[in-house]
Amino acid sequence: MLKQIEGSRAVAEAVALCRPDVICAYPISPQTHIVEGLGEMVKAGAIAPCEFINVESEFAAMSVAIGASAAGARSYTATASQGLLFMVEAVYNASGLGLPIVMTVANRAIGAPINIWNDHSDAVSQRDSGWLQLFAETNQEAADLHIQAFRIAEELSLPVMVCMDGFILTHAYERVDLPTQEMVDAFLPPYAPRQVLDPGEPVTIGTMVGPEAFTEVRYLAHEKQRQALELMPAVAAEFRAAFGRDSGGLVRGYRLDDAETVVIAMGSVLGTLKDTVDELRDAGVNIGVLGVVSFRPFPSAAVRAALQSVRRLVVLEKYFALGSGGVLAADVQMALGKNGGEIYSVIAGLGGRPITKKSLRGLLEMAVRDELVQLTFLDLDRTLVAKQLARERQTRRSGPAAESILRDVHGTMARNEGKKS
Amino acid sequence: MSFQPVKFYQTGTFTVGNRLLAPEQRSVQAATSRRNSLNSGHRACQGCGEALGARYAIDAAMEATGNRMVVVNATGCLEVFSTPYPETSWQIPWIHSLFGNAPAVATGVAAALKVKRLKGLLGDVRVVAQGGDGGTTDIGFGCLSGMFERNDDVFYICYDNGGYMNTGVQRSSATPPAARTATTEAVGPTPGHAFGQGKFVPAIAMAHDIPYVATATVADLRDLEYKVRKAMTFRGARYLHILVPCPLGWGAASKDTLRIARLAKETGVFPVFEAESGELTGSSKIRHVLPVEEYLRPQKRFAHLFGPKPDVAAIARLQALANRNIRKYRLLDEEAL
Repeated sequence: MLKQIEGSRAVAEAVALCRPDVICAYPISPQTHIVEGLGEMVKAGAIAPCEFINVESEFAAMSVAIGASAAGARSYTATASQGLLFMVEAVYNASGLGLPIVMTVANRAIGAPINIWNDHSDAVSQRDSGWLQLFAETNQEAADLHIQAFRIAEELSLPVMVCMDGFILTHAYERVDLPTQEMVDAFLPPYAPRQVLDPGEPVTIGTMVGPEAFTEVRYLAHEKQRQALELMPAVAAEFRAAFGRDSGGLVRGYRLDDAETVVIAMGSVLGTLKDTVDELRDAGVNIGVLGVVSFRPFPSAAVRAALQSVRRLVVLEKYFALGSGGVLAADVQMALGKNGGEIYSVIAGLGGRPITKKSLRGLLEMAVRDELVQLTFLDLDRTLVAKQLARERQTRRSGPAAESILRDVHGTMARNEGKKS
Repeated sequence: MSFQPVKFYQTGTFTVGNRLLAPEQRSVQAATSRRNSLNSGHRACQGCGEALGARYAIDAAMEATGNRMVVVNATGCLEVFSTPYPETSWQIPWIHSLFGNAPAVATGVAAALKVKRLKGLLGDVRVVAQGGDGGTTDIGFGCLSGMFERNDDVFYICYDNGGYMNTGVQRSSATPPAARTATTEAVGPTPGHAFGQGKFVPAIAMAHDIPYVATATVADLRDLEYKVRKAMTFRGARYLHILVPCPLGWGAASKDTLRIARLAKETGVFPVFEAESGELTGSSKIRHVLPVEEYLRPQKRFAHLFGPKPDVAAIARLQALANRNIRKYRLLDEEAL
């Protein structure tokens, strides 16, 4: 059914359609509206039987989900940013134990400095956690990915993180087509766990594994991620057959035919990128876009296949590994090997900085002329950084850096205001 | 075997044999139906108080639930020594997740079991969570308090040996004052653990107004079993704090585990009581009050208090703490006061 609906509400309704048994909730922006919606539905009896548990921390949220999943319940939670970091130990534990929990991550920057706006620092920091990580481009896809996520998670006995851009998607009202309960029931069978805490058949779960088997257990987890590479396109195809929409899968290309230059990105920025590429195509530039839906497992073969005759790549990401560079860029480079052509790594949209079509167009025009440096920070104000570095050279007690930069920014803004009037 | 009434000839002692009691009063461990939930062959040290406590507690809980139970275990000695896989001592569904999250995992298990029951997939299955004092009073404390305040249907057992014994005897918030640990060495002007630190979690559990809170020691195993069975008659959050001497960490002889546990109770160092909905409902009375030295002397962790120049001041402070317990938890008969 088509609804004009907030992204968070769409996800809440999609999760409800999956008939979750246990939902754990701890508030953190910009994820809160999702669990608020679910809490209301459980309280009103719209999802039943279902236990909605208001926990005291994200660490507890993931831990409750672990216990519930191990006892055979379909378990769900949602978080973002600091919340994801606070639960990290349990995040790794959930995947290590092979528990098919589904979690929404409403992508938000990580502090310090504290910042509530969108980038991918939270989810990407968990790239090695053993969770499958899917990135939604739109609210429609965010809703659809949750339905697919439970299916994939339970088939593989692995947890799945559905990542959607905080505020940009979670708080955006747009048209979303939500399926009927019958459709979802036909697509998603009841949870049949591989392991379960059952007095009828007692098992011991979570023992110590030493050097004699640790490598094999770890490799098995890697092998499961590889199985996911096969399963996810199959589930997406089945989803299309049942629901009539393309959602999910591994990667999604846009105007890749004859493209000499391809921009690779994840999440909602793909929309702006497609518009920018349309303009450049109109101007005669052979350029396309490759959206990565599945960040973990990283679909190396699919990326290679999509980029066979491409001369240069621009990997645009809302995160970077400090002291190193782009993370997605490194994955892409690894996937392509020696034959990959030029790869430009671009860091953009950190802490909610808008990624405008204007900036993107300028960036891509430079890329096409091979004028980009290897690592570019889109719309970075270098004078502000230089000023702070100078201050630190001059004064030993130069004070807290973030606050100094903020003073400079606002001082400049105030002066500019003054000039205008 | 039918019950044969036997004349009590040891009236007034604590050593009443099982055969002297009516069947319903006999201990679970003495019953042929006991489950051996924590089976023999595990790797606990000789004289381990925690292994003893866990064996009695979990078997009693199994008996109380008709063997319909799931156990969640925090990281720690108990978890390590019981599951050197492919060997496991647990004859029950058992899960270990992390050090600090056993109460929350148990909440999740309880929620899942409730939903399954509502769906008609499963009968009534209860949840017990357990951990050492590190996993309970320190790293797991947030999750424990959360589980308490939500009144989740979980029975949590803390085996308190007063320190991080699994990692080599470091100080926890349950380490008693003056005790030597690897991080509170018996050196400097105030050797051993500082006074004025630490917390007594049973009292904090009571402050949550949960249905049932109790303490016990491995010296009185019948009392321990009684408290487990009582706890299982309640729904909601329940807490049992069991003092379990650790021969390794306390520097005591393996054969003295029960003796030291008894001395902890008889000196007032460890109050044994029970409480319902935040109110004290009963305490195990001390029969003959003993000075705290009796408890301290057999333990090397307190050795620095004695020797050629005994630390009289520190011993007096420990005695004062014991005296406070005696007043606060009414550990003496009224007429004895």
